[in-house]
Amino acid sequence: MNWKTFYALLARDGHVARRNLLPMLLQNLLQPLLLTFVFGRVLTTSGMMHPEYKSILLPGVMAISMVLSGVQAVAMPLITEFQFTREIEDRLLAPMAIGWLAVEKIAAGMVQALVAGLVVIPAAWLTMGSGVQLSFQPLEFAVVCVLVAMFSSAGGLVLGCTIGQTQIGLMFSLVIAPMMMFGCAYYPWASLAAFPVLQWAVLINPLVYASEGLRGTLTRAPHINTMIVMGALVLINCLLLVAGLKKFHQKAVS
Amino acid sequence: MGIGIRIENLRKVYDTPPPSAARGGGFSFVAQKTAGPKEKKKKFEVVAIDGITLEMRAGEVFGLLGPNGAGKSTTIGVLTTRTRPTGGRAFIGEYDVWQEQVKAKRLIGVVPQRPNLDFALTAREILLFHGAYFGQSARERERRSDDLLEQFHLKDRADDMVRNFSGGMMQRISIARAMMHDPEVLFLDEPSAGLDPQTRLMLWEIVRSYNKLGKTIVLTTHYMDEADALCDRLAIIDHGRIISQGTPTELKASIPGGYILRLRFNQVPEALPAELRKLPGVTEVRPAANSSLDVYADRGGPLIAPIVNAAQALDAELHDVHIAEPSLETLFLHHTGRSLRD
Repeated sequence: MNWKTFYALLARDGHVARRNLLPMLLQNLLQPLLLTFVFGRVLTTSGMMHPEYKSILLPGVMAISMVLSGVQAVAMPLITEFQFTREIEDRLLAPMAIGWLAVEKIAAGMVQALVAGLVVIPAAWLTMGSGVQLSFQPLEFAVVCVLVAMFSSAGGLVLGCTIGQTQIGLMFSLVIAPMMMFGCAYYPWASLAAFPVLQWAVLINPLVYASEGLRGTLTRAPHINTMIVMGALVLINCLLLVAGLKKFHQKAVS
Repeated sequence: MGIGIRIENLRKVYDTPPPSAARGGGFSFVAQKTAGPKEKKKKFEVVAIDGITLEMRAGEVFGLLGPNGAGKSTTIGVLTTRTRPTGGRAFIGEYDVWQEQVKAKRLIGVVPQRPNLDFALTAREILLFHGAYFGQSARERERRSDDLLEQFHLKDRADDMVRNFSGGMMQRISIARAMMHDPEVLFLDEPSAGLDPQTRLMLWEIVRSYNKLGKTIVLTTHYMDEADALCDRLAIIDHGRIISQGTPTELKASIPGGYILRLRFNQVPEALPAELRKLPGVTEVRPAANSSLDVYADRGGPLIAPIVNAAQALDAELHDVHIAEPSLETLFLHHTGRSLRD
């Protein structure tokens, strides 16, 4: 393994990410923050929502931000770079086995997802005002964060190698939007008990584990057992990694 | 010490549309539908390379010449690790390109048919990062990128994003990038397609001077003059096979007479080929499609009048004449029966 090349590729992605920092932050953070403001501040202050809802919402918004930025950080450039301009070709010709380029993309995507997640906490807290009750479990929280970041960027690798430029809109309406709505980001999984079929069906949605995992390690709100969440995320990550690497090879070599 | 290239019985059969086709027409993900449940799905299959064996010697400029779709780019694709061969083997120096990709990649620089520059970067950054991928030190990267930007007349646009560059500038930065890590073998796929004459001459000069450093250069082209001017040796490829190979001079000498006159008549009387063969300087007459004859001769224009007279004597009328002068183009015509531009 050629680490010099790997670092150089990471440096390139870091350089490009820094150049696009502001648009990227706006793209990934504005929507969750507006949601936080409306649901967490307007609706709770006006009495239409219970104030405890703030603590339920914060981890969900963080999960959404992490997943959106990880997926976008990996999928969007890949979709463009694998198009007819084949911009990625210079990196495929770098002296390193091409699978490592996919690994590098995942590493870069994880960093972006983690940054987005960590920015959300103070930002959302400020937007919602007082009343958020955190109960912080540092070690478990860190593990869940890393697993969620990996899920988001490995998912981005799969999506980026599967869909074409013309289908980006479809990706958002068919994959991302339902995932967000049924990802237990705006409500705890336990509250779906009134809809038993739905409660079991949403378990195929990886965002559920991201939201519940962060909820469990960040707040006292009801949540799925953190060990189960971690196990599920590890399994999902393995599946996405295998699928993503396979797709990447198919795309990269003709 | 230069690095040679060896290709042994190479085959490539695409079972999905090749990326070059995708590159040309964008791409869609519409699956090929089967006509009905009982009918078998028709398998997509394109033979791009059909058993090529070649040797490119260390330190030479080798040209792959052929029309679009002949298999030139696929051959380059295999040699540069970007295409998986279906059969046969290819070696850069001592390394099997498919088995020892990383070692092979260290030795090669590639200029693709269409610029595939990293649009997220500026011209200088493209060179700097490329050097970094190949493990160059920061100082070495700075020095080489400055030199190359100077050499390719890109200094004043070095810090602009390349997405705003013109086609010729993109091509220049592509070549500079390929030379950045000082590769032993430089591949150029249709390097002068879409370049203005001035830039083309500059490109030729760059290729020649890089070759003088002992580097091996492989280029594909469908321009005869380019192959003639640059290449030490050539292989002519058509339909994935090598039709002929040798130095440009050897290849040109292999055509009987040197000139080919392609004549189209309203009709070809039986006695006409024999009559034409009697004309001074004619070495061979071959029938071609559409009431045409190919006349191989040691002269071109001066033969037209006698040909018209001979045809008229037999009640045939000459409709069209194409004179191909001694060149690689005549050679291609001679071997394939088609012009390069057909």
